[in-house]
Amino acid sequence: MSEQKGMFGASGTGDTSGYGGLVRAANSPTSAQRPYGSYFDDIADELERAFPEFNDAIEKVVVDRGELTLHIKRERLFDVAKTLRDTETLRFEVCLGVAGVHYPEDKSRELHAVYELLSMTHNRRLRLEVSVPDSDPHIPSLVEVWAGTNWHEREAYDMFGIIFDGHPALTRILMPDDWPGHPQRKDYPLGGIPVEYIGATVPAPDNRRSYR
Amino acid sequence: MSTFASSRETTEGTIYSVTGGDWDQVASEIGSAKEERVVVNMGPQHPSTHGVLRLMLELEGETITELRCGIGYLHTGIEKNTEFRTWTQGVTFVTRMDYLSPLFNETAYCLSVEKLLGITNDVPERATVIRVMMMEFNRISSHMVALGTGALELGAITPMFFAFREREKVLDVFEKVSGLRMNMAYVRPGGVAQDLPEGTVSHIRDLVKDLRKNFKDNADLLIGNSIWIKRTKDVGYLDLAGCITLGVTGPVLRSTGMPWDLRKTQPYCGYENYDFDVITADTCDVYGRFLIRMQELEQSLRIIEQCCDKLDALDGAPVMVADKKIAWPAQLALGGDGLGNSLEHIRQIMGTSMEALIHHFKIVTEGFRVPAGQVYSAVESPRGELGAHLVSDGGTRPYRVHFRTPSFSNLQSTSAMCEGSLIADVVAAVASIDPVMGDVDR
Repeated sequence: MSEQKGMFGASGTGDTSGYGGLVRAANSPTSAQRPYGSYFDDIADELERAFPEFNDAIEKVVVDRGELTLHIKRERLFDVAKTLRDTETLRFEVCLGVAGVHYPEDKSRELHAVYELLSMTHNRRLRLEVSVPDSDPHIPSLVEVWAGTNWHEREAYDMFGIIFDGHPALTRILMPDDWPGHPQRKDYPLGGIPVEYIGATVPAPDNRRSYR
Repeated sequence: MSTFASSRETTEGTIYSVTGGDWDQVASEIGSAKEERVVVNMGPQHPSTHGVLRLMLELEGETITELRCGIGYLHTGIEKNTEFRTWTQGVTFVTRMDYLSPLFNETAYCLSVEKLLGITNDVPERATVIRVMMMEFNRISSHMVALGTGALELGAITPMFFAFREREKVLDVFEKVSGLRMNMAYVRPGGVAQDLPEGTVSHIRDLVKDLRKNFKDNADLLIGNSIWIKRTKDVGYLDLAGCITLGVTGPVLRSTGMPWDLRKTQPYCGYENYDFDVITADTCDVYGRFLIRMQELEQSLRIIEQCCDKLDALDGAPVMVADKKIAWPAQLALGGDGLGNSLEHIRQIMGTSMEALIHHFKIVTEGFRVPAGQVYSAVESPRGELGAHLVSDGGTRPYRVHFRTPSFSNLQSTSAMCEGSLIADVVAAVASIDPVMGDVDR
């Protein structure tokens, strides 16, 4: 995520607050070190045991706010997902969904797909995150592992343009079939029309002066 | 198939003539076809498809061979819109997703924001108890719509009158507490918008007694009713394996005998301190889901009664987090012209303290900053697991808001439930999933 400059999105003469030169770095949570705490070490141990190429597949392990996130290379996603589902000691039998996130500042890893997994057997949660470049937005589909990801992958394709290879019918799901662009990407404007009052106009929400 | 129109070439191009067709031949060819396959479009404006759901059915006679859902007709870009408002304003957007259970949307969202802020344990207990009470009332009003419209769609009209009669009383409570009957934006990051008005708890105690008595009307009408059983028993079958692989949660999952309820398995909002049962059925069908919803009403009433006791003990306690950098500065109050900022607060910021005015202005227009990171928190909505995946970049507005809505995931199972069954059973199956299209399309 990008660092933030100024207070209001205005800099130079337009800013009379004195905060125009303010620079704030965005501190995303960094890689976690063992022990992870809670049941997270168990998951990591079991996955390492069941999936020998663990170190090659996992780019980063993040433990933040009591949640475990495994960043996974896309080439290994399918195998890791299958292992997570089928290994008795892991048994993440439910995939709750896929959420796309667009980080235009994260060069050559712009598009992220975030999978929320749930193990009803062990009453645990786990998050998988896969990042791909904008220029090559391909991620293997997990419909064969969890049939329920079908619509979620279509939604992530519709909204972010992530292409899930091997999906049985990757078409738009919420937007009309002939819609141009992928609306939830950061480079896609919100749209909207200015609101007019007598003698004044308030611009559309994405063009208003905003506090950051 | 032979052509039925003879053609001849002219200077103007080919002319087809359809007069004098050989109807004997046409009729005999239809009769000789191996199967009679019809594609029927149902919706998006069909009254029994719950809003704007479109179903595409391929039929052989009255049997469905393939069913596909068409969704997106109610997509309003709520997730995108929240990226352009403050964290607090986000509540007013997400409350409109699942419009039959707005308080669950708000609570899931606020739990996520609080987790991002790291103030989960600082939310006052009274606020949490009010949230639980409002959510359980909301579960009742939502189940009332599911039962009432579900019965109506299968031809039973009276249950809907009874269901909406009770729902009306629950909405009166919402109006009394929040000023609004739907989409109330009552739950806010850090607590709730305002404390309960005087006399609410005793009103609720009376109401619970009334509701418990009146729920019997619908129970008497439907439970064991032979017509109702014929329409719902063994209809819309989906077993545990199907539910798990499709990510189906809520009453549909519990109708397979799986006692999975986040209130018990992964408690939030202090649900571990309440005494209630998780209702299951083992029939995997529409009737089982109907029975579960019926019995969950009573469990919600039990929780509400326990909330009343807790609220009496917590009388006068705060309902918003103590940190003034996060807490909404004003409390609302009922004045002569309706609900608005409390006059006491206006008097303070306009008359006595310039700093309080600045603070009010800053928090309302700029909002508060939320440390960067991502979280996911889930609540058990009337339809299943409702999860909010929030990403913050450290700013005053969400970087990304994604809702894992139960209707979206559950609706996927329509094909599995309906293919191979009769066309009339589609209505029963969809009603038993209880999808809310605002929740599906967001």
